[in-house]
Amino acid sequence: MKLSSVVFKGAPLLKKKFITALCLLAFLFTPLFLESIKLLPMKAGAAYASEQTAQAEKPSGPEAKSEAKKEEHPPAPKLTEKDYPQVKYINGRIMAWLVAQLHLWFAAFVLAVPILVFIVEAIGMATKDKRYDKMAYEFIKVSLTAYSITAVFGGLLLFTLVIFYPDFMKYMAGIFSPTILAYAFLFFAESACLYIYYYGWHAMETGFGKWMHLTIGWVLNVVGTVLMFFANAWVGFMMSPHGVDAAGVFEGNIWHAIHTHLWNPLNLHRTVANVAYGGSVVGAYAAYKFLSSKTSEERAHYDWMGYTANFIAVSALLPLPFAGYWLIAEIYAYSQQMGITLMGGVFAWLFIIQAVLIGALFLSVNYYLWCGMERSKGADRYTKYIKYIAFVIVACFLVWFTPHTLILTPGELKALGGPYHKYLGPLGIMPAKNTAVNIMLIFTFLSFLLYRRCNKVATVSWAPIGNAMQIAIFVAAIINIATLGIYYGYFTNTVYKVASSVPQVMSTLTVIIACLIIDVFMFKGAKEVAPLQWGKMPDRSQYALFLLAVSFTWLMGLMGFIRSAIRQHWHVYTVFRDNSPDAFTPTIGYATRIVSIGVVIFMAIVIFIFWLAHISGKKSVSKEASH
Amino acid sequence: MKTFLRVVIFSLAVIFFYTFYASSMIPQIRPAPPPVEAKLDLGAMTMEQFINLGDTIFHGKGTCELCHNPVGGRAPLLDQVGKRAEERLKDPRYKGKAKTGEEYIRESMKEPSAFVVAGFGVKGTNDTQSPMPVVTSGAIGLKDFEVDAVIAYFQQKAGVSVTVQLPKEAPKQEAAAPAAVPAKSPEDVVAKYGCGVCHKIAGQAGPIGPDLTKIGAKKNKDYLRRAILDPNADIAKECPTGPCVPGIMPQDFGAKMTAGELEMLVNYLAKSK
Repeated sequence: MKLSSVVFKGAPLLKKKFITALCLLAFLFTPLFLESIKLLPMKAGAAYASEQTAQAEKPSGPEAKSEAKKEEHPPAPKLTEKDYPQVKYINGRIMAWLVAQLHLWFAAFVLAVPILVFIVEAIGMATKDKRYDKMAYEFIKVSLTAYSITAVFGGLLLFTLVIFYPDFMKYMAGIFSPTILAYAFLFFAESACLYIYYYGWHAMETGFGKWMHLTIGWVLNVVGTVLMFFANAWVGFMMSPHGVDAAGVFEGNIWHAIHTHLWNPLNLHRTVANVAYGGSVVGAYAAYKFLSSKTSEERAHYDWMGYTANFIAVSALLPLPFAGYWLIAEIYAYSQQMGITLMGGVFAWLFIIQAVLIGALFLSVNYYLWCGMERSKGADRYTKYIKYIAFVIVACFLVWFTPHTLILTPGELKALGGPYHKYLGPLGIMPAKNTAVNIMLIFTFLSFLLYRRCNKVATVSWAPIGNAMQIAIFVAAIINIATLGIYYGYFTNTVYKVASSVPQVMSTLTVIIACLIIDVFMFKGAKEVAPLQWGKMPDRSQYALFLLAVSFTWLMGLMGFIRSAIRQHWHVYTVFRDNSPDAFTPTIGYATRIVSIGVVIFMAIVIFIFWLAHISGKKSVSKEASH
Repeated sequence: MKTFLRVVIFSLAVIFFYTFYASSMIPQIRPAPPPVEAKLDLGAMTMEQFINLGDTIFHGKGTCELCHNPVGGRAPLLDQVGKRAEERLKDPRYKGKAKTGEEYIRESMKEPSAFVVAGFGVKGTNDTQSPMPVVTSGAIGLKDFEVDAVIAYFQQKAGVSVTVQLPKEAPKQEAAAPAAVPAKSPEDVVAKYGCGVCHKIAGQAGPIGPDLTKIGAKKNKDYLRRAILDPNADIAKECPTGPCVPGIMPQDFGAKMTAGELEMLVNYLAKSK
């Protein structure tokens, strides 16, 4: 018996009413969201305008205006160590750090999963393949508990900040209070959408109800994304304050404070990263279920689920370096000093660690794809190429994590003859790294292309031409990327060194888009030579999915630290100084140990969530069986 | 259960590897502590001390060296700017208000876009906009006397006569000095009392006083304690700029430091071998 029949047993009228109520609710919410988004700057603008009018009525003069503004919005306070409350046995900064990071991990997960679910549900609707619907439902079930935990950590973060950084919170609330209220409202709206989306799944399974359900999913995603944009506005303001003067006095226009220099780069980077992250965590869930499966059907289902989640994660992972690059470029544009501290100062070594982690991500993704070829005997044609792809990816990975400047003892410096290695030093510069990462992306895409065609043979008459075109595009792009990297890296002024990045990225995107289009048309109606056998995967392949999820989580923790720490001893960069006892920038070892503690806590809670989903699944199965 | 344990062990092993790699295989640089306002007796400063202060600011608080270095090539080198300043004034592209070399350097620090050296402007602005931050505001926040000290340093380095006037009196100190809170570590003591402004110590490289990074190998605790409380009791022979001069080091650390801070610093120096 279907779950919908259990919920709405013998009550078709009630079901209709429920759907109608949902439709009304969804239509009610949508304009409200749009209105709140649209009106926010206008409201702020109106407030500013009325303030200006009031000011105009008062005795004029810039000093009088400035005084009046300072009365309403005081400058950023100059704090001393005594202004930071101390709680025995608890370090405020570590507490805030861990809680904020845990909140962020869960938030990323619960924002990403509905995006994944929406996409999978839409594919299911388009293809009429019930497997997609089942998988989407399983995804959203996992995210439901995570949603509550995200809220718990959000509340805990608020308490932590109020307890340990009261003056900072007061200052931020003085500027961002309208957005805080909007945030609270959106949180309720998101909760409502999520619960309707989840609990109404089976009630809206067919016909117009399904369309309605998909629409609610879309609204859920819009609300969740806008919610994240608000949080990004606060973080962006702390990094690149706007709408305040040099002393931190708020000028009165909330839109200026939201729309800082780094807001949009942060929005894009976090949205894309969330999708990749959500995919990787769901992939790990599927991998665990695959390994614990007792029947071949279960094994096939979770193999397919793991593949789909991994596919989504990789699809988002491919453009992620470009979004990250834009963010860093904008940091440089906002403050060269901040940019150089980030990439050339004490934080530079963290990017070597990042390179190792991203290298691990790419290697695990490729390994999973290569193992996936075992699902079809038709892949034997391509397995001989794997070793070459592996060689190129490892070589690129090695270039990527070659450091530029080495920190050496005087003895080592003398032995090396300078701070750079004679042969490896030139590989440490940014154009070399950009070249490596673009080639790594292209070869990862090649792995995917080979996997895609492993069970079939193109039957269109122009197949040889199509193949030749694909090879030509690959070769031309690689030559272009390498030439750009060499020319801009070693034959131009430093200022223009990064100029190669955009055309290199365009080359990579061209390969991905053009080859995918050719492939889709070329393999339309292709002959299947050996069908894919879902579930026929070695157990070891699933550990690639765990590696992906763990590496991603750790990487997010590390990058979160870097993003926050480049403010150094500032709560709000250049306007509100952090004078707490913990204002110092920690060493890399210290920071990574905190990150690891956070990852272990996060993983423990995620395992708990998976366990809850597992026992809930058991209950559903037994219920269905009893009917 | 077996699968569960395998997955947990695998995940922990991955986390452990990353932690080990980052903690043990990557150089552990201890970033400089947040800058603390050093209390300087500006009225009693000699020009040599003032130039050395400029040197310290150039390599430290001013963060000038982040860009103005021969490695990155992000900004023009400044070793000869004291000499070149006069030539810049004659450049047809110069639109600033400076009349002398000294004024030009001051202007370039306070209004970096007044003149942008060809090839170093913000991309797309045809060298009309400088990427350099204003050094008297924001994260750098140099005071006027610190800007003057840097100019004096540039002029001395370029071998031209130093035209900057010595400051006559100390500027008003802002109320943020955390002197009332005892330092918690030797590095905090060093930062709090500005030892690194003159000495090479705890990651700072003051160019005036003796190098203290290996002082523990040569001197015992009694000597070190006396040197802090009564700096003129024993004068070191060699300082980076020549023979050490008596009377430069502040004489009032005995009144300012807590007993705990003093002992912490003495023990730290004694262990610096």
